[in-house]
Amino acid sequence: MKAQASSMRATENLVPDTRHGVILYLENVSVSFDGFKALNDLNLYINDGELRCLIGANGAGKTTMMDVITGKTRPDQGKINFGQQIDLLKLNEAEIAQAGIGRKFQKPTVFEALSVYENLYLSLKMDKGIWYSLWHQLNGEQKDDIDRILAIIGLTEQRHGLAGNLSHGQKQWLEIGMLLAAKPRVLLVDEPVAGMTLQETERTAELLTSLAGEHSVVVVEHDMSFVRSIARTVTVLHQGSVLAEGSMAHIQSHPDVKRVYLGEEST
Amino acid sequence: MNYPISKFSSPLQRVTGLLFVMTLYVVIANTFFAPDSFWHVSDYSVTLLGKYLCYALLALAVDLVWGYCGILSLGHGAFFALGGYAMGMYLMRQIGERGVYGNPDLPDFMVFLSWDSLPWFWWGSDSFVWMIVMVVLAPGLLAYIFGAMAFRSRVSGVYLSIMTQAMTYALLLAFFRNEMGFGGNNGLTDFKDILGFSLQSSGTRLTLFVLTTVFLGLAYFICHRIVNSKAGKVVMAIRDAESRTRFVGYNTAKYKVAIFTFSAVLAGIAGALYVPQVGIINPGEFSPINSIEMVIWVAIGGRGTLYGAIVGALVVSYAKTRFTAIMPEAWLFALGGLFVLVTLLLPKGLVGLWPTVKTKAQQLWPKEKAL
Repeated sequence: MKAQASSMRATENLVPDTRHGVILYLENVSVSFDGFKALNDLNLYINDGELRCLIGANGAGKTTMMDVITGKTRPDQGKINFGQQIDLLKLNEAEIAQAGIGRKFQKPTVFEALSVYENLYLSLKMDKGIWYSLWHQLNGEQKDDIDRILAIIGLTEQRHGLAGNLSHGQKQWLEIGMLLAAKPRVLLVDEPVAGMTLQETERTAELLTSLAGEHSVVVVEHDMSFVRSIARTVTVLHQGSVLAEGSMAHIQSHPDVKRVYLGEEST
Repeated sequence: MNYPISKFSSPLQRVTGLLFVMTLYVVIANTFFAPDSFWHVSDYSVTLLGKYLCYALLALAVDLVWGYCGILSLGHGAFFALGGYAMGMYLMRQIGERGVYGNPDLPDFMVFLSWDSLPWFWWGSDSFVWMIVMVVLAPGLLAYIFGAMAFRSRVSGVYLSIMTQAMTYALLLAFFRNEMGFGGNNGLTDFKDILGFSLQSSGTRLTLFVLTTVFLGLAYFICHRIVNSKAGKVVMAIRDAESRTRFVGYNTAKYKVAIFTFSAVLAGIAGALYVPQVGIINPGEFSPINSIEMVIWVAIGGRGTLYGAIVGALVVSYAKTRFTAIMPEAWLFALGGLFVLVTLLLPKGLVGLWPTVKTKAQQLWPKEKAL
């Protein structure tokens, strides 16, 4: 605990206040690109520790929403808070990541020229300044953390191999492992099972459900059977705003949803 | 970690070991063997080697930013030249009354331009300590300001390369002007001595050569430590996936500014060691073609290895010395051709050949024994 406190020097005043049970607030958020409204007055609340699935047709604003939360894109208007008090619009990407919002990209991006172990090492939650990094040596607790994550993502065997040599599915897991190493409060996961085999998809579903509770997990996914297997609450986005929200059964019987999304894509 | 550990197993030990042996040999051969002996190394060769080693140090600096951080700087010649000018200013002031005009304070070119006092930026130029400060500060500060502006506004790739090229070109034009106060076209030359030791004496030349190898060894050691530290891994992560690195929580702009600045300081030190050995610094050192040549050294040697940069600088510089003696006008074509060939056939550079050569040799050796 002590070691953690000192390594959190930079971010210690950035612990989200979740007394109301909500970890992420998006209120009236709008983003437009050349007149196209990618997000249109979006309101979304993610509860602390929940597993939320976001679905929506292409262009519904799913990825833009993630960009806006992680600081990659600035909204034209609206408010985004992490907990009650942290205004994410005032932080840059690195600060948002340090505050505890981790993101997995649609296309797996790991550091290919580094080993699996080094990938996780860089992702550990600690002071990320240059001077600190220059002299840093892993302590026992951090090594245990890495070993634990390697076991969770099933890459213990490949620990010293280059991340670039992993299979597609393994890279996806490594990226999830990198998120875990950062001990985030919120995990934003963009299409985690795209391109995975059936077994890999099942393992990923298990992994994500086991993470909820300790972390809040937001999953964007096209694969409806996968969403059905993990989802408790589903939010449907359509043209940049929320169309419907609720349990899978509720969503599937929702007339608007049937019309714009499920009617076309699910079989 | 599973490798058998031998005395010369790591590149660090090999490079520092080789440098040490070479320096020792040159010192002995230059001092103790008679000039007509086959083993003798002449003063000329000592200085030539010293010059090559300055280039090696410069190549090391380029490899650090390009090979490890993916910043293709086409303006490292500017940092080299600034370090060189800082040294040159000090050496100019050491000439004193021995100049053509015999003015104890003003260098000849200022008397010629009928200036009556030193410009403000020549303040302290007669102090050796101040010179050392400037060798570090001038390139370091320029790199810091340039880097901070470029990397914070996320300029990268070819745009950054063009900007660095423009930077060195702008400095070239500025230093050509007499009003700049750096000797214009002719630059700074006619140096007599450094810290009271004559630059013509073989003892001074040998000392400068030894100093250069010491700095090269030291710089190699520090770079080696940097790229093997956690910060070095972050730098490589930035090279391969900058945006991912940001989302992992690293302020990538700060890392890039730091590595760029450190590299510029190394280049400045290389320039400062170069000038007393070749005896002149002029605006030609700022010329864009020089900076491109540095990148070619690294590409030919093998980028992202550190020792590859040293090998590349030494091999190409030696080839240049030989080639320009025979066919001066063809050198640039040869250099360009070499660059194209290496890029096409040896993407890992000359040092990338080593593992292949080794396995080939290992395959051949037992066969011969069996026969």
